[in-house]
Amino acid sequence: MCDEPHVDLERRNFLAKATTALGGLGIAAIGLPFLKSWLPSARTIAQGGSVEVNISQLPVGGLMTVAWRGQPIWIIRRSSQEISALKQVESLLRDPQSHESEQPAYAKNEYRSLKPDILVLVGICTHLGCVPTFKPEMGSLFPDWQGGFYCPCHGSKYDLAGRVFKGVPAPSNLVVPPYQFIDPNILVIGA
Amino acid sequence: MSTTNDKTSTGLVAWLDERLPFSAFLNKHLLEYKAPKNFNFWYYFGSLALFVLINQIVTGIWLAMFYKPMATEAFNSVEYIMRDVNYGWLIRYMHSTGASFFFIVIYLHMTRAFLYGSYKKPRELVWLLGCFMFVLLIAEAFFGYLLPWGQMSFWGAKVITSLFEAIPYIGTALAEFIRGDFTVSDVVLNRFFSLHVAAIPMLFLGLVIFHLAALHHVGSNNPDGIETKNLVDEHNKPLDVVNFHPYYTVKDIFGFSVFLLIFFAFIFFQPEGFGLFLEAPNFLQADPLVTPEHIAPVWYMTPFYAILRAVPSKLGGVMAMFSAIGVLFFMPWLDRCPVKSIRYRGFIHKVMLSLFIASFLILGYLGTVPATPTLTIVARIAAIFYFSFFILLPLYSKYEKTKPVPTRLTRSH
Repeated sequence: MCDEPHVDLERRNFLAKATTALGGLGIAAIGLPFLKSWLPSARTIAQGGSVEVNISQLPVGGLMTVAWRGQPIWIIRRSSQEISALKQVESLLRDPQSHESEQPAYAKNEYRSLKPDILVLVGICTHLGCVPTFKPEMGSLFPDWQGGFYCPCHGSKYDLAGRVFKGVPAPSNLVVPPYQFIDPNILVIGA
Repeated sequence: MSTTNDKTSTGLVAWLDERLPFSAFLNKHLLEYKAPKNFNFWYYFGSLALFVLINQIVTGIWLAMFYKPMATEAFNSVEYIMRDVNYGWLIRYMHSTGASFFFIVIYLHMTRAFLYGSYKKPRELVWLLGCFMFVLLIAEAFFGYLLPWGQMSFWGAKVITSLFEAIPYIGTALAEFIRGDFTVSDVVLNRFFSLHVAAIPMLFLGLVIFHLAALHHVGSNNPDGIETKNLVDEHNKPLDVVNFHPYYTVKDIFGFSVFLLIFFAFIFFQPEGFGLFLEAPNFLQADPLVTPEHIAPVWYMTPFYAILRAVPSKLGGVMAMFSAIGVLFFMPWLDRCPVKSIRYRGFIHKVMLSLFIASFLILGYLGTVPATPTLTIVARIAAIFYFSFFILLPLYSKYEKTKPVPTRLTRSH
């Protein structure tokens, strides 16, 4: 039925491409809100705000666990003996200076903490997300063990600063969450 | 299989075609589907219905990610979607506005069938499948309207499930079976959720496939109401039809653009649709102890609701309401005129069809406002007109004085 004497193919091609481009842009534009709706909602973010912890009851050498964003946060009060032991194990560690690990700038030091004695860690193994077990007793894992954490899932080991040992599957040190002291005994986690 | 295969397919398409009727299917149902060349404004609404259906499915999937089908949490989870979920307001308004637009599009799509006799032989099955889909759409909308668990959700569901009590002997037991409780409760909410998100959409999609398969088998009707399928010239080339692509793909893309302009104008500036799409009492959580002062179904069900109210008997009203929908199924056999299009039908049919459409609109309006004695009388007259269209149609259509029908399409562009 089409006996057009002349078809401007160039014009037709341009229009087809322009329509496709504009349509694709439209679909991308409407797709974005749908993707963004999967991000944490305002409620989730509000619930994931900071947590206040009173550590006055935490004994020397003890560990307490609080929940922040649904994850276990460990607070450990290390003894002076445990602090000095951190130096001894350095040669056995994968990342003793925490260059490849996640922590706030103020915790990127030899203790991985604001105060040398108070250690705050996200209690989740950096391998595949299990919760490691607290093993403070010296020599409990191997004769030279100075105390630390042992992951029951795949055997990763960390020292008492959350630094990962060599030769285990976990790639990096335990994460230090953002925290600050608003009082010598009141810790705010997540701020 | 493929007709104008002047270019041989290569690469992925060729690989697919060897293993799957990929190009053949695409050509038969989209690219090279032969459609009459005189489609007008009324022919936008079929593809638009599919477009809105996709919108409802996608936004619905997303809403189900955030919604909680529990009487204690449903209302708050909708508020959560509106306030806390990123772009939750947009997704929900696309869904709720989409529901109303689905009915606008479907009512116009059905009007087209009435105008051009698209329900007639050989398209009776296309029409019947469409009628089933209309019933499913009403059910889908009704189940969906309970989910926000607002006052109107609750009392709407209460009234509709109480309709079944009107059935003699088994009514009360049937209503309890449907609710799974003595009243509308968490139990109903839970089962309506399942029906709304899984059962009905799946049935509906299946019917869409059959609706289109039947349509593409018999060919589309057109504003002239003459069969174009077998119109060929001396070289056996089809006449008066064009390939769906690019002619109607371009037309439909234009239709989608205009539709989206109106659709999003409502979503952004009038998402409650002047109180018609989302009714004010539904912003209060469901309270089984207090009925709102004025309850009315959403606008797209009000014509049928007005018929229910107009009949002064519980069972009679329920029967009248269901008949008003059920009678649509019989259209192909009630209309005995051989001429399809309104363009060539007799004067009497034009009058009767106009009265029918007017009575439907009047009933639709009356269903949204409280019933007063005067308005009840108006509703009764409108209901009589509504039904008399179907009752008188088989009587006059056989003897109707029609205009001569052309053998080729007219007024084609």
